[in-house]
Amino acid sequence: MKNFDIKISFSIMALLIILVGIFQSGGVALSILNLCLISAVMSMGVNIQWGFAGLINFGVMGFLAIGGLATVLVSVPPVIEAWSAGGMGMLVSGAFIIAVVLLIFFINKKLSDYKYKNYLIFLIIILSIPLLKLISGPSISKIESINAATSGFLGGMNLPIIFSWFFGALLSAGVAFVIGKVCLGLRSDYLAISTLLISGIIVSIVKHEEWLSRGVKNVIGLKRPAPYEVNLQSSDWFIRLVEFLNTSKLSKIFDIAERQDLLSKLVITSSGIVVKLCFAFIFLFVVCSLLYFSEKALRSPWGRMMRAIRDNEDAAKAMGKNVVKQHLFIFMLGSAIIGFAGAMLVTYDGLFTPSSYQPLRYTFLIWVMVLLGGTGNNYGAILGAFVVWFIWIQSAPFALYIINLFTSQLDESNAIKLHLINSIPYFRYLMMGLGLLVVMRYRPKGLLPEKVIRN
Amino acid sequence: MDFLNAIILISNFIIVPAITYGSQLALGAIGVTLIYGVLRFANFAYGDLMAFGTMIVILFTWYLQSKGITFGLLPTALLALPIGILFTIAISLFFDKTIFEYYREKKSNPVTFIVVSLGIMFVLNAVVRIIIGPNDINFMDGHKFIMKAREFKQLTGLNEGLAIKSTQVITLITTIITCSLLFYFLNKTKTGKSMRAYSDNEDLALLSGIDPKKIILLTWVIVSILATVAGTLYGLDKSFKPFTYFNNLLPIFAATIVGGIGNPLGAFYGGFLIAFSEIALTYAYKKFFKYLLPESLEPSTLIQFISTDYKFAISFAILVVVLIFRPNGIFKGKVI
Repeated sequence: MKNFDIKISFSIMALLIILVGIFQSGGVALSILNLCLISAVMSMGVNIQWGFAGLINFGVMGFLAIGGLATVLVSVPPVIEAWSAGGMGMLVSGAFIIAVVLLIFFINKKLSDYKYKNYLIFLIIILSIPLLKLISGPSISKIESINAATSGFLGGMNLPIIFSWFFGALLSAGVAFVIGKVCLGLRSDYLAISTLLISGIIVSIVKHEEWLSRGVKNVIGLKRPAPYEVNLQSSDWFIRLVEFLNTSKLSKIFDIAERQDLLSKLVITSSGIVVKLCFAFIFLFVVCSLLYFSEKALRSPWGRMMRAIRDNEDAAKAMGKNVVKQHLFIFMLGSAIIGFAGAMLVTYDGLFTPSSYQPLRYTFLIWVMVLLGGTGNNYGAILGAFVVWFIWIQSAPFALYIINLFTSQLDESNAIKLHLINSIPYFRYLMMGLGLLVVMRYRPKGLLPEKVIRN
Repeated sequence: MDFLNAIILISNFIIVPAITYGSQLALGAIGVTLIYGVLRFANFAYGDLMAFGTMIVILFTWYLQSKGITFGLLPTALLALPIGILFTIAISLFFDKTIFEYYREKKSNPVTFIVVSLGIMFVLNAVVRIIIGPNDINFMDGHKFIMKAREFKQLTGLNEGLAIKSTQVITLITTIITCSLLFYFLNKTKTGKSMRAYSDNEDLALLSGIDPKKIILLTWVIVSILATVAGTLYGLDKSFKPFTYFNNLLPIFAATIVGGIGNPLGAFYGGFLIAFSEIALTYAYKKFFKYLLPESLEPSTLIQFISTDYKFAISFAILVVVLIFRPNGIFKGKVI
């Protein structure tokens, strides 16, 4: 009985995606699957923070943006001219920021008894911003003026993009360390609001520091860990493979030109599918290994300690557990996973668009996934990601069906009907909201509630 | 003369816009703070409640305009405002009855309330976009300017102009009226006092015979009025776009916490503090110093603390600073 729910719910989900493959197209089904898998990584990250430790992190968007930035920093070839023009200045500014941060930490540690410590830190921050502008300003304008239309930024390290996933995780963990130091002492609702606002700061930095990320000009044509469609379409072995797989279909057509036509069409569609399949395998591997490790962690002494801290902080403290340290650690761990997912998402999209990061889609939707699926349960988080993303994508056809059902009496050119049909994209928000409200009311622990583990 | 020019420059680009924006934020922040004080949760649906109220106002403005009714020099939206408020009160009470009441009776933790308010946020977001669409809507009519920059220059003979839009004056007057009524209500009337007592200590208030249902109902009514007024004023001053309203939730939250969450007067000041710092820190003071300093000392750079791209980020940064130094806000929070 123990894993019964899990098996049934995941089978239904698989069946739904297969049905999409049959009725819509294989490509659509695979891209839904891929984004479900990416979302699953995100929701597992949030679940580690919220479900394991009870930390409410509304800064998901910020960590996803950091992960996305990492793909640019790792995989894009460096712009040599920009580096020689302004690289030195930027390195100096970077060293300056690190020096300021270290100085603040030093003051915080060494002068902890000093009465005006906080004001001193505040003064340092206020003074360092104009100074930083003074140091970096000339280099930034130099970098941004080099080939502004095509580059205008420093570029990256020209490494395989897979590395960027780990780099994104590392970067996110670093930022999470700073945020955690500042915010983790706050009460739950304060923490929610402040992480939400800090993620806003992160996104506006990624959006406006063009020398770093090209900002609103976007970075396109990122590398891939999977083959490109064009390369597949022109390689012999692939065409022969497609021919072999579709022998029965092709043999029915006798006209050679027509047959060639069909073959090239088949090659194009199947190249898309193969690329998505490659992604799906990589993502599946990531999700499975993450699931394995977090299940292990949940059952380990460390996991027990985390749950103890979550359920009764004071008791855990009394037992000699360092709550502050553990909170910071798990905040960094969860954020690292979210950053990893952010890099995966940008890799899959093949482009980095900083202006697309919005809290509704990248913070609250992920939270809906976790809450809907089941907090504290890894399988629940994954299921939530699948269900929510599936609804998110498939709500448009569903809404169209409902609208047509209710307005079938009305004329085709009826203003209300046309208006409703035009606003179909927004019905997904309605469904998300209603779904969340219903689940919170009737299954407050989510679709797959947390299992109490007894050792 | 140069000194006067400098003063006018600052008034035109910092003081007047900041007072307007600050009033809008203050009205919004008082609403968030009241919900926090009485109902004890941070309402993430507040931005979308503002959007909903403004949407109703816009719809009725269009209706009135189609009937040929206008408000003379003033924007027609002010005539439609009471109807917008009624609808917003209705939807707030509806959500309270169907959703929040259940969790209140169960005495759920604040995080559950936040999550539920997220659900309502999604629903309201969808409702507004389905009804009125996601696009920019300008529903300001009536007289646009009280004083144009050119007229001011002709009038005074100064180099710098001072432009005052009628929406800015309307915002200020409405805010003064709303806030004085609200603070009179909270501090002088018996019901207001019982509301403060309830917020201060729920158990004691219940013991002294205060009816919690009445207090909660009243809170939703006041909050809906504030949300609709703030939303309509913002929409008149700039324009109505559902996404902007959602985004405005963030500086409103910042203002609320900076002023001490649960403290209406603090929220009021918090709104102005956020607005003034956002505008003053992103303004380029080059011209200002040109007037004041002798030619030899004239600045060559823009003298801008931080670029305008980071306008929103400033309010967030202020919040973070306040959270580090005074986690309870500048004014002590948690007391109405």
